[in-house]
Amino acid sequence: MSDLVKLNIDGIDVEVPKGTTVLQAAKQINIDIPTLCYLKEINAIGDCRICIVEIEGRRGFVASCIQQVEEGMKVHTNTKNVVEARKIILDLILSNHNRDCLTCVRNGNCELQTLAMKFNVKGIEFEGAKTEHKIDDLSPSIVRDFSKCILCRRCVSTCKNVQKIGAIDCAQRGFESCISTVGNKSLNNVNCTFCGQCITACPVGALREKDSTDIVWEKLKDEDTFVVVQTAPAVRAALGEEFGMKIGTNVAGKMVTALKKLGFDKVFDTNTGADLTIMEEANEFVERFKNGGTLPMITSCSPGWVRFIEMNYPELLDHLSTCKSPHQMFGSILKSYYAEKEKIDPKKMFVVSVMPCVAKKFERQREEMKNGELDDVDAVITTRELARMIKQANIEFTQLEDSSFDDPMGEATGAGAIFGVTGGVMEAALRTAYETITGKELKEIDFESVRGKKGIKKATIKIGDADVKVAVAHGLSNARKIMDEIKEGKADYQFVEIMACPGGCIMGGGQPIRSSKERSEYDIRKLRADCLYDIDEKSTIRKSHESPVMKKLYKEYLEKPGSHKAHELLHTSYHKREKYDL
Amino acid sequence: MDDTKCMVNLAKFYLGFTVDESCGKCTPCRIGTKRMLEILEKITEGEATLEDLERLETLAKTIQKASVCGLGQTAPNPILSTIKYFKDEYLAHINNKKCPAKECKALLSLSINSEKCKKCGLCAKNCPVGAIKGDREHGYEIDENICIKCGACQKNCHFSAIS
Repeated sequence: MSDLVKLNIDGIDVEVPKGTTVLQAAKQINIDIPTLCYLKEINAIGDCRICIVEIEGRRGFVASCIQQVEEGMKVHTNTKNVVEARKIILDLILSNHNRDCLTCVRNGNCELQTLAMKFNVKGIEFEGAKTEHKIDDLSPSIVRDFSKCILCRRCVSTCKNVQKIGAIDCAQRGFESCISTVGNKSLNNVNCTFCGQCITACPVGALREKDSTDIVWEKLKDEDTFVVVQTAPAVRAALGEEFGMKIGTNVAGKMVTALKKLGFDKVFDTNTGADLTIMEEANEFVERFKNGGTLPMITSCSPGWVRFIEMNYPELLDHLSTCKSPHQMFGSILKSYYAEKEKIDPKKMFVVSVMPCVAKKFERQREEMKNGELDDVDAVITTRELARMIKQANIEFTQLEDSSFDDPMGEATGAGAIFGVTGGVMEAALRTAYETITGKELKEIDFESVRGKKGIKKATIKIGDADVKVAVAHGLSNARKIMDEIKEGKADYQFVEIMACPGGCIMGGGQPIRSSKERSEYDIRKLRADCLYDIDEKSTIRKSHESPVMKKLYKEYLEKPGSHKAHELLHTSYHKREKYDL
Repeated sequence: MDDTKCMVNLAKFYLGFTVDESCGKCTPCRIGTKRMLEILEKITEGEATLEDLERLETLAKTIQKASVCGLGQTAPNPILSTIKYFKDEYLAHINNKKCPAKECKALLSLSINSEKCKKCGLCAKNCPVGAIKGDREHGYEIDENICIKCGACQKNCHFSAIS
């Protein structure tokens, strides 16, 4: 076939399709070329020069991540010259890097550190001036430490090309180059949505979540405080990775044991909060659908997405469901219903949410997320922060026995579990909306058409006599496409699910960070998603409205979905937000 | 260009240009050119060792081969060619702490030749930092700890007594 190109890498003949890069071709024959700025499908710009190789007939070295294969090419990936040059380049990067590795959040999971070990770096040969930089920690979600930035631009590509936000880009030139925002402002004051995808793209510790573990430790030690924790669906699908477990292992049981060992008074499941969200959201949809409300209705569980629409499409805020996100709803219920029932002073209650997300840290402190004077949720920690707490408490996570979430909030449905994956909220809502509208039992409960990795998924679901058109978008670039359609009046959907992170919460900005190499080798999104779908499939109850917890909660406290009480506790409002505060 | 031009200083001049012009995209050019300039500065200040010269050459050759574009690939040329043709000048800076072309100010040491000096005091009058002490009766001396090697005394001496 003419589309195939033959070349020789390190003496091995290989045939690959035209357009393949030398790096990819080498991978096919198990030749590992070290990389640093390369990130599969996101960043291939050949700027760090770690992946350089020698090609016969070429004068200089060539970056294998961008060099496409050519017929008859003879490549050498591991010659003395190449290795020495890589070593010098690595030395240069290290010479302008803040090497406080012991106190760095990425100690042990840093691609630069891994390279330094691989190249047996014993000292810095080319020590010299360092660029002077500051720390930006004004935002409630993301901290930027410029002194650790190695200018690989993986964050820039993620923000600009994957999310199409462009909150950060390269500024200045030469040695003074740095990643900056408009007017060099804090991320807090520019168009950043706090999705945190930049953090999971960063190979080093230049980007990290704003750590909230200190306040949680403090409250855990305080005997007067009743500390409650809830964990999001996606956390259980990824937490194990922090302890060397296989990607996609469901560690819910071990996680609950670990949380109890850490000293939390009660361990609840946000999946129950998700069930509650479905009760309210499905009801809201049915109301809008039947009574001619603003359609399409768009989900509001993803705080990065909410911040995005507030900044970019404030005129379309009516489309957004008024439902709070699951953990906020649950926090609100814990401080009202649960506190009353258990006779606990809600003022002495401290609700911690373990989330796969850094935007949740921002959502938590929104003015709207309060019930009277009390915050619904008092602290949000990410999956990574929880892992750090477990390590700090010297708990052998992999050796733990399983335990169950605390009653009476423990029994969540399968519908709640799939909230953590793109299409999951839609699927869960449809299961409930279908039965609410038709009054008939839904037989085929897997909505395969809204699953999978496609950026925008569309489907038409027959509910009774009506055709309900739905769309599911994940990643903010896809969200923008849907919003533009709605703005131009071209959208004929009635229900839209949007999640800020590509893949949904399982790939959230607060999830374990996997290296570029691992991201090339594994389909992390699929493995984590499969874990949640598996939980759903194995659940005895797979529809939120069939959950006994929900039935009891509405009977004893909330009356019915959309009631006055429910609105007071579980719904919220949004407002236009300026993109730039300059 | 003649023997009054210091070849190390000349390479430094070109490097200053490439450091300014580097766009910052690739590592070798962004950090490498800056490091080469730093080593050249060390040499012209008389603080470099022979190892520094070796490091400079290795780094230059790497940057030449590993940079993305022509700017980085050619940035080391002034260094490599001056080392090739004028290595003695580099060695004079490093081993003897002398600049043969007398251009590198840090390596200059000014003194007054008492035989030629007419004790007129113009040098002391023109020194911007007051490094020249003495009087018209006993003559003048330059205090090297204060002297900034600006050459003002030399320029103003009518009898070429300062070198």
